[in-house]
This record gives sequence, structure tokens and C-alpha cells, in this order.
Amino acid sequence: MAVTDAEILKLEEKAEAIRETIIEMLVAAGSGHTAGPLGMADIFAAFYFHILKHDPKNPDWEDRDRLILSNGHIVPVRYAAMAHAGYFPVEECVTLRKFGSRLQGHPERVRLPGLETTSGPLGEGLSQGNGIAYVWKTQQMQEGNGAASPRRVYVLMGDGEQDEGNVWEAVMWAGKHKLHNLTAVIDRNNIQIDGMTEDVMPLESLRAKYEAFNWHVIEVDGHNIRQCIEAVEEAKAIYEKPTLILAHTIPGKGVPEIEFDYRWHGKPPTAEEGKAFLKDIRTMKGKLPHEYA
Amino acid sequence: MINPDAKLVQNIFDEKNLQKPTRDGFGTGTVEAGTENPDVFVLCADLSESTRAEWFQKEFPERFIEMGIAEQNMAATAAGFALAGKVPFMASYAAFSPGRNYEQIRTTIALNKQHVVVCGMHAGVSVGPDGATHQMLEDIGLMRMLPGMVVIAPSDAEEARKAVVAAAKVTTPIYIRFGRSPTPLFTTVETPFEIGKALLLWDSENFSEDTSLGNQPHISILTTGSMAYQALAATRALDAEGIKSLVLSVPTIKPLDTKAILSAAKRTGKVITIEEHNVLGGFGSAVAEFLSETYPVQITRLGTQDVFGQSGTPEELLEHYGLSAARIADAVRKIVQ
Repeated sequence: MAVTDAEILKLEEKAEAIRETIIEMLVAAGSGHTAGPLGMADIFAAFYFHILKHDPKNPDWEDRDRLILSNGHIVPVRYAAMAHAGYFPVEECVTLRKFGSRLQGHPERVRLPGLETTSGPLGEGLSQGNGIAYVWKTQQMQEGNGAASPRRVYVLMGDGEQDEGNVWEAVMWAGKHKLHNLTAVIDRNNIQIDGMTEDVMPLESLRAKYEAFNWHVIEVDGHNIRQCIEAVEEAKAIYEKPTLILAHTIPGKGVPEIEFDYRWHGKPPTAEEGKAFLKDIRTMKGKLPHEYA
Repeated sequence: MINPDAKLVQNIFDEKNLQKPTRDGFGTGTVEAGTENPDVFVLCADLSESTRAEWFQKEFPERFIEMGIAEQNMAATAAGFALAGKVPFMASYAAFSPGRNYEQIRTTIALNKQHVVVCGMHAGVSVGPDGATHQMLEDIGLMRMLPGMVVIAPSDAEEARKAVVAAAKVTTPIYIRFGRSPTPLFTTVETPFEIGKALLLWDSENFSEDTSLGNQPHISILTTGSMAYQALAATRALDAEGIKSLVLSVPTIKPLDTKAILSAAKRTGKVITIEEHNVLGGFGSAVAEFLSETYPVQITRLGTQDVFGQSGTPEELLEHYGLSAARIADAVRKIVQ
């Protein structure tokens, strides 16, 4: 079912709200990662407000899709998306990284319902998603293909994370078992802590590498929500292979001062910077009037 | 004398008694657990014959998962199986799992609170000719430091079977260590086993904690894993010389049976611990940590003394590292006399 322009517009508004919350929570926390969360805001809006089969009021619902965030350091974007989706009050977001908060610096499954798993140390999310997808796939094969809308597993990874050997063990394993019910997304923003990915540890060609491991690969503009949704729909139609969505994103997207700058990978904005960044996001870089800008 | 309540095999010191490696207990135990519970899976990293995972594979091919030589992926994938409601056992050599994949175990299993049963084979120097790279002597220490992790080193193949069956029924992350070489099968189906419980094997005196009833043994010999049998053999020789002891087999290193250990320490004063593991961080450390805070007594820890292993026969290596019955007896004489 094609997604309408009006629906896309609504999702873009959600992405903007998520970006605002990210800036607010990072300023309040005084530490954390900025560029990655902002760059993934459009994709998280697409997942939490269109793609995922989930119930924010019943996070343990057995039939929900599973969204595994492997690169746990960008979790502010997940917290913001979850809050806006109704998992918990948006006001709780500013407790990020604070003592006693459910919103740990890196996500901990046992502390906040809906996180699916604990992550941060890189390279481990795809393996866990594989385990779930394998169990579901074999169950479905045993029970027949009667289920109307089978659950799916989504694994989000960073591009720098692809340096980890564990990733490739998991890529090989998913290819072996043809996990068609699993879709991975790589946030291809070209930066990691020490610099540009191609300087730190050249990754290209990621497409050729995944294809060589028996994956179906789709490349999208990670800020084009329609493209992202259509890629997920395409992935659902692919049998006999897991799908990788290579999402090209701009680190720091929405705040021109930091876009493309790897130095913003691992630091938060100051209160003053936060104010300026919020203005950028709310006014579309000054093009629009905004009552709170 | 042998504790009658332990229900050990008859003629326990008969050299013709059956010997089996504890890893056999992994094979029989997983088949039993898999029969009882259709959610039990076994994941293995290209070592299905030597880990005995193939015994499960033959019975339940659809629940056997070949991971290839990829222990890190195995640990995190096992966590995924547990997240999907299954009970995964994961098997490889202890040197690689938890040796290589410690961080995956820490994050995706322990911190993530997943009921995965990590099974480390070929632990200890008795691996033999393979040498130091494959003789894991640090796994007890690594695993017992993880919050919430249960750690078990069964004393023979029968106890290993019971430990595996029990491990399928708990809800915590759990580590079980197994050995490669055959060791005497000295427990029976009737021998009690419970996670967290020590088992009194031998008491030279009267099995009573009431010191007013008469003499108490000179020393408590606390063992984990297959060292229990070596300790029993040592005890027999010592008893003939008038050195009285009690032998407490402690398969569960975490949670430690503090009640049984405290009772033994109070009866004998002196304590010796024996493990096929580095004395740093292992079973002896766990006992020393507990007793030094509750009931300080003289403690001697036998094990490898902060060194790596080497090639040799299991017998040569146990002798070299002071873990044979004869060397254990020597160590006890030195303490008691």
C-alpha cells in the first residue's frame, strides 16, 4: 500500500520533533553523541510511526516486530522516538544519562521496556537479531505459512561498527540461513570517532561485500522517508535472502553547523549551542517562522 | 570414611572402575534436557564431536545449530535465541568460549539477563598434549566475576549430566566447565546434586559438627571439578598415616555453598582448596574471600600458580602442577605436620 504525501509530511514532522527532543536531552545530559542520533531521526520516525508493528502501551506484546539497535550509542534518537510514540512521557527524556534514570547512556533492556536488548559494545546486534529471526523462521516453517502478518526483525547498525569482526560472522550466518524475515539497516554517515570511515578503516564497497555474503542490498537516501519505507516494503517481498538497507545519511542532519563534521560524533551541544541548534531545526535553517524559535 | 549419604560407587578405589570425561555428561545431559523440553537448543562452534554436542545433534537435528568457528557470533546469537524464548546451550572449548567471546557474554547474556548455558569444554591442564593455548585456566575467574552468573565445575560425568539437566531449568545465565580427559566415574544416579550445594564425600571422624562429641578432622579439603576424586585418593593414604580430614566437593563455585564451607572450616580450622585452574581468581579465591570475612582460618590454595600450562599427558601435567593425589597428599602433610 503506497504511503500518501500527507502521511509522509506527518512523518517528517515527527522526525523534527524527535530532533528537537534529542537536542534537549543532550544539552540536559551534558554528554553523549549528537551527530548519529540527528542523522537517524528520519529513519526512526519512519520505523516508530509507520513501519513497526508494535504497541507502546504493551511493549512486551508477543507478536510485535523487534527493532534491535546494535550501535547503542545513538540511543537518544530511540528514546526520543519511543517517547513521542507513547512508550513513556516526553518529559522523562531529559533524565538521559542521569543517576537513577531508565534512560541509560547506552540502552539496557532490563531497565526500560521496549528496548528489546542491551547494546553499546559494537558488533553484537545482528547476531541477536539473527537468533530471533532464525527461531521465528523455523517456527513458521513448522507451523506452515498461515500467519497473516509474520513478525519481522529489524537490526540497525552503524557504518563504523562494520569494523567489528563479529558483524561479519553474523552477516555470514544470516546469509547461510537465508533469514528473509530479517532486515538490517546501516547508517552510512561516513564518520566514526577518529575521523572519516574510509580513512580509519575503508569499508567500501559495502554493497558488494553484503551481496557476496548472499544478502539483498537496497541503497536509500536516509532522509527520504518515502524511500526508506519503500525499501522496507521491498525487503518484505524478498524471500531466500536477508536484506540490507544501506541508508546514506548526513551526520548531524538538521543542524547546518555540525552536518558532516565527525567531531560531533561523540559530544553533546552546550546549552548555548543547543538553543541555536533548536532554532535551526524548528525554522528549517531560518526559512520558516516558528513560535518557539 | 566415605559419606554413605553421598551414594558413591561401591569399591570407589578399584582401578578397574569406569572412567569418563565430564564432557560426556554434556552429551547425555543435553539429550535428556532436550527430551524434557522442546525449547532446548544446542549451538556449537565447529566442535560437535569433541564437545559431545553431536549426541544432541543425532537426537534433535532440527534443534542443533552449527555456528562455524565463530564464538563471538555464537554467544550473541545464543542471546537472540533466549530473547525468542528458547533455552540455548552453547558449546566450544573454554579457551575460546568464554575465552574469546567474554564481552559478548558480558553484554548480551549477563547484563542482558538471558538464560543461556555457556558450556566450556577442555578446561584445565588435563587437556594434555594440545598445550597451553587450549588449556583454559582462567575461566572460573572470568565467569564468576559477572553479576548474576552461576558457575559450575562438575566432579565427574554423572554429576555433569545432572548439572546440565538442572541448568536447563533455572532462569539465570549459567556457565558449566567440562574436562577432556576421562576421570573416574565415582558418583551414581542416586548421588544428590543441586545447584549451589556442596557434597561431603569423606569424613575421617564422626560426620558431626558437634565438637563435644569427640575428635574433629585435622583439615578440610575443598575441591571443585574432577579434583574431588584426586582428593579422595589422597585422603585414603593420609588416613592410614593418622592424618584425619574431610573432603567437601564444591561443584557450584557461584553461588558458593557458604553454609557447608563455614561448617567445615569451623570443624577443622585448616582448609586446603584444590582446582584445575589458576589459584588467582578461581575456586580457592572464592573460598578465601568468603572465609577471610567470616571465619578466618589458615587456607592453602592448590591449582596452577599463575602460570600457563604446557604439553604432556594429563597424568604428567597433574603431577607437575601439584594436582595428583600424591602431590595433594604431600601438600596436606606439610600443612598438618
